[in-house]
Amino acid sequence: MKTKPTEKFELTADTLNISGSEAVIRSLIAEGVETIFGYPGGAIMPIYDALYDFQDKVHHILVRHEQGATHAAQGYARTSGKVGVVFATSGPGATNLVTGLADAYMDSTPMVCITGQVAAALLGTDAFQETDVIGITMPITKWNIQVTRPEDIPGAIAKAFYIAASGRPGPVLVDITKNAQAAKFDYEYSKCDYIRSYRPVPELDPASIDAAAALINSAKKPYILCGHGVLISGAEKELIAFAEKAQIPIASTLLGLSAVPVDHPLYVGYLGMHGNYAPNIMTNECDVVIAVGMRFDDRITGDVSHYIKQAKVVHIEIDAAEIHKIIKADVPVHADAKTALKALTAKVNVAKHDEWLQEFKEADKKEQEKVIQPELYPTGDQLKMAEVIRRISEKTGGHAVLVTDVGQHQMIASRYYRFKDPNTNITSGGMGTMGFALPAAMGAKVGVPEKEVVAIIGDGCFQMTLQELGTIYQSEIGVKIVILNNNFLGMVRQWQQLFHDKRYSSTEMINPDFVQIAKGFYIPGKKVSTRGEIDAAIDEMLAHKGAYLLEVVVEQEGNVFPMVPAGAPIANIRLD
Amino acid sequence: MEKEYTVTVYTEDRIGITNRITVIFTRRRINITSLTTAETEIPGVYKFIITVLSERSKLEKIVGQIERLIEIHRAFVHDEDEVVYQELALYKISTKSLQNGNIEKLIRENQARILTITDDYFVIEKTGHQHELIALQEKLAPYGLIEYSKSGRVAIVKWSRRFHDHLKELAGLHTDNLPPADYSGTSTVTAAQESI
Repeated sequence: MKTKPTEKFELTADTLNISGSEAVIRSLIAEGVETIFGYPGGAIMPIYDALYDFQDKVHHILVRHEQGATHAAQGYARTSGKVGVVFATSGPGATNLVTGLADAYMDSTPMVCITGQVAAALLGTDAFQETDVIGITMPITKWNIQVTRPEDIPGAIAKAFYIAASGRPGPVLVDITKNAQAAKFDYEYSKCDYIRSYRPVPELDPASIDAAAALINSAKKPYILCGHGVLISGAEKELIAFAEKAQIPIASTLLGLSAVPVDHPLYVGYLGMHGNYAPNIMTNECDVVIAVGMRFDDRITGDVSHYIKQAKVVHIEIDAAEIHKIIKADVPVHADAKTALKALTAKVNVAKHDEWLQEFKEADKKEQEKVIQPELYPTGDQLKMAEVIRRISEKTGGHAVLVTDVGQHQMIASRYYRFKDPNTNITSGGMGTMGFALPAAMGAKVGVPEKEVVAIIGDGCFQMTLQELGTIYQSEIGVKIVILNNNFLGMVRQWQQLFHDKRYSSTEMINPDFVQIAKGFYIPGKKVSTRGEIDAAIDEMLAHKGAYLLEVVVEQEGNVFPMVPAGAPIANIRLD
Repeated sequence: MEKEYTVTVYTEDRIGITNRITVIFTRRRINITSLTTAETEIPGVYKFIITVLSERSKLEKIVGQIERLIEIHRAFVHDEDEVVYQELALYKISTKSLQNGNIEKLIRENQARILTITDDYFVIEKTGHQHELIALQEKLAPYGLIEYSKSGRVAIVKWSRRFHDHLKELAGLHTDNLPPADYSGTSTVTAAQESI
C-alpha cells in the first residue's frame, strides 16, 4: 500500500495540555480553514470560547439559522474549491443542518459540519438539546463520527477533511460531546491521506480508455454529456480539448453549466426537463454518448426505457456506484474526469462531424422561433423572467457567479444566462432546496470576494431564508439579490395549469414589500415592473458597492418551455 | 426474478456500521431475512453475511452503494452455488416426549444432538440449510415443541482466497502471494479469476 509522507505538526509548548475545543480550532487552522459559518448554542459554547482567541486566523460568520450556514458553506465550497465549514450546537442546531447536508450530499459538495453534543455521560438519556444527530445524518452524509474524548478530536477532523474533499466530494459531520470539548490533553496534528477501506481515486484502466476511444473513433454522431464531475475535477480544459479534437458536440447538465463557455462552437445547450430542445432530442439521435461526471438523473433521462436506446454509452465517473445505476454503460471508465479525458484525447482520432452539428443547429431553430425569441423579445407589457436574466447576463458579461434558487426562475436563469467562466453556476440541483440561493450567495461571495455574485431568487424561495439578510448586513457581504416576483409558487402553478386543470391549490402568494424588508436590514433596494426601467435598475444594482436588492415584478402566469413532462420519454418534449 | 441471495460485506470495526449498511436496503424496500456478523481471521475486519429475497440487478446496485461507505472494504452478491453455508437451530422440547420412542430415531436421522436435559425440557441442536431446519421443526411439533430459535447464515465464499489475501495485505499480515486481483474499483471479480 502506498502512503504519502504526511505533514506532521510537532508538539510545542502552546499545544501541551490544551482543551479539546482549542484542538478543534487548531485542527481547522491546520487544514487551512479561514472561514466558518455557524451559530452558537449551549453544547458548542466551549468551542466558541476557544474561537475567541483565534479571531485573527479564522473568520466566523454568524448566520441567522443553521440551514443558512450549510448553504453558505456550499456556496463557499463551490466557488472557492475549498471545504466549507459549519458550526452548530446540539439538538435543534444539529437538526437544522439536515436540509443542507442532504443538499450537499446530492450535489457532491465538500463540507465539514462540527456539532456540539451533550456530555458523553448524558448520551442516550434524552438530555436537554440531545438528539441522535449521528443516526439522523447517517444517510445524508458521506461520513460522520461522534467524538467523546479530546484525544480523538485531531484524528476525527483530519479524516473529516480528507473524506469531504477527496474522490467524489461530500458533506461530513463531526459531533463532539461537551466533555470532550472541555477536557485537556497534549495536542498534535497530522493530516490524513489514507484510510485502508477507502479508495477515493480509482486507478485508470487503460483498457477502458482503448475501448472508449475505439467506440468514439467509429462513431458518426458522438455526443458529450458534461456533468458536475467535470467542474469538480477541474477538467474543463481537458473536456474542451477532447471535444475539439474529435469535433464532438457538448451538452451540459444543470450542475455541469459553466464548465464550457456557452459561446463555444461545440456547446449545444443545456439538458433536462426544461433544458434546450436540440440537446434533449439529440440524445435519441446520437450513436455514441460520452457521459462525463454525471449520474443520469431522472430530470435528464425522462422515461429511461426510451432513453439513448440507440446509442453506445461511455460513462466516465469517479463514483463506482453511479456506473450502471440508471443507464447500463457499454464502456465504464471508472476514473477521475480529468485523468480519463487526458488519456482519451490522446487516443481519439481527429475527426469532423459537421453534418451532425448541423442537425443541432436545425433543431435549435425550432426552439429559437417557438420559445427563445418570444421569451427574450416579448410583445406584451409584462416583463418576462428570460429578458431580465439576459440583461443581467449582458451587463455582467457572463462573468458573474450566478446563484439560483429552485423553480421557474432557476430554470430560466440556467437557460438564458450566458456562462463564461467555470464554477459560476451555483444552484441546488439534486435536492431542489427552496431557500438555497440567499445563503449560498453569501457563501459564494465570501469564497470569491473579487467576483460579482448575483442571486436570482423567486418570491417563494426568498421567504424561506430571508433572515440571512441579517448576516449579509452584519458581515458586510456584497451580494446582489434579484427577486423575480410573479406572486406565485411559479413552477408548481405551471404544473397545476398543465396537469391539474388550472386548479391553483395553495400556490398564490400575497407578498410583503420586499424592498421595505431589505431596508429593515439596511440593504438598499428598488422595485421595478416595466421594461423601460430594467436597464437602469440593473446598472444601479451592479454599480452599488455593497449588498443590493432588486425586485422585478414579472409576468404572473409565465411558463417555462421546453418541458419534458415528468416520467415521459424525451421525445414528448413540449415547446408550448 | 426474486430469489434468495447471500450478500457479504467486509467492514472496519466501527460503531453504527450495521445501521449504515441496513439503511441502504431500507431505502429500496428490501427486507433482510437474516444477518450474521463477526470478526474475520483478519483482526479489525468484520464480515456481514446478509440474506435477502431480491433480484440480482437490484442487489448489484445496492452492493455498489454499500461499497461507497467509507468503512467498507468490499461487498459482494452471491448465488446459492457460490457459497458454502450453514445455519443453526435450537429446539426446546418437553421432556415428557422423551418417553416416546420415536424421538430418538428423529434425532438420529436428522443428525441433531441433545445439548441439555432438565426435568421439564431438553434442547436439541441441528445445523444445516434452512429447509432442513424447518423440516425438523415440523417433525418435532407433535412432541410439544416449546421454542424454536434459528441463527442467521454463516457462509464461506468458494472464491474468496484472493480477496482475503487482499485484506491481509491491508492489515500487514502474511498472504499466500497469489497473483493479485483488482478489488479497488467497479470490476466484478469472477469465480474464474478467483479459482485456486
